[in-house]
Amino acid sequence: MNSDIATSIPREREQEGVERRPWRPFAVQLLGPLTILAGLVWGVAQPYRILILDRDRGGDLYDYVFQGPLLVILVGLVFTVLVAPGLVSDLAAAKDDGPPS
Amino acid sequence: MVPRAETAHWLAASVALFVGLLLISELIVGREVFQRRAWRAYLFPSLVVVSSAFLWLIAIFSTFSTMHLLAHAVWAQAALVAGAVELAVVRGKLRHPSWSLVPAFALLVSGIAFLVHEQNAWLYSRSAFLHHAIGWMLVIVALFPLGRAIQPSRTVWRMGYALTFVLLAVLLYADRDAAPIFGRFGIGGGQ
Repeated sequence: MNSDIATSIPREREQEGVERRPWRPFAVQLLGPLTILAGLVWGVAQPYRILILDRDRGGDLYDYVFQGPLLVILVGLVFTVLVAPGLVSDLAAAKDDGPPS
Repeated sequence: MVPRAETAHWLAASVALFVGLLLISELIVGREVFQRRAWRAYLFPSLVVVSSAFLWLIAIFSTFSTMHLLAHAVWAQAALVAGAVELAVVRGKLRHPSWSLVPAFALLVSGIAFLVHEQNAWLYSRSAFLHHAIGWMLVIVALFPLGRAIQPSRTVWRMGYALTFVLLAVLLYADRDAAPIFGRFGIGGGQ
């Protein structure tokens, strides 16, 4: 038996664990947009929650800065821009490095 | 100018939602990948500690009653202890899974604080309804970190803990200082 082939089998088996889960980067990338979508749906369903669309109602500074649907969209954006890309690249790097021994 | 209670709750909801997303993403990619970057590993514990500092501010400014003052102070302390333990766990100073009992205790105390400082009945107003709902939710979800302390390898406890923050965010976003419980349907309260 060729020793090269014999030694490569365990490594291939270890890699299967990573290869079998290609959905992970997609799932991480989906979290932010889903949150943004939730904020948009909320804004469409209850536009009166967004004061800048209904300025006649009046309000103080807090009412303009902290508006529920916009806050949800902001959280989704922050996650999409700041967190998700790093996680996806680290997932790819972990895949390249192989599982930790 | 001190913001209204509902404004503070919406801000807290945003932090809770972000924490929920962080914990869900950690669950998806695995702890080792998530902690490859130090800032990411320290983000959740740091947010909890900073939130506890803001809770102290709320304790100072939200002086509706002695009960409010005590509840917010207890809550801030619980969050501070939980954040400190999470920081030590990430740092590697604390390793035993039973340290998850501290966040479990913090959630339980927070839930009790919610329930105790809401002096109106469930159907008095939306704010009262949500305080009862969030209080009981926190009491129940304390089981998740408790389960993590007993069975650290089971994913269900971590998933439950992550979804706790998303559910908390949804309930906090629904808060209004004065509104019927179910909005335009006009059921319950209204004052």
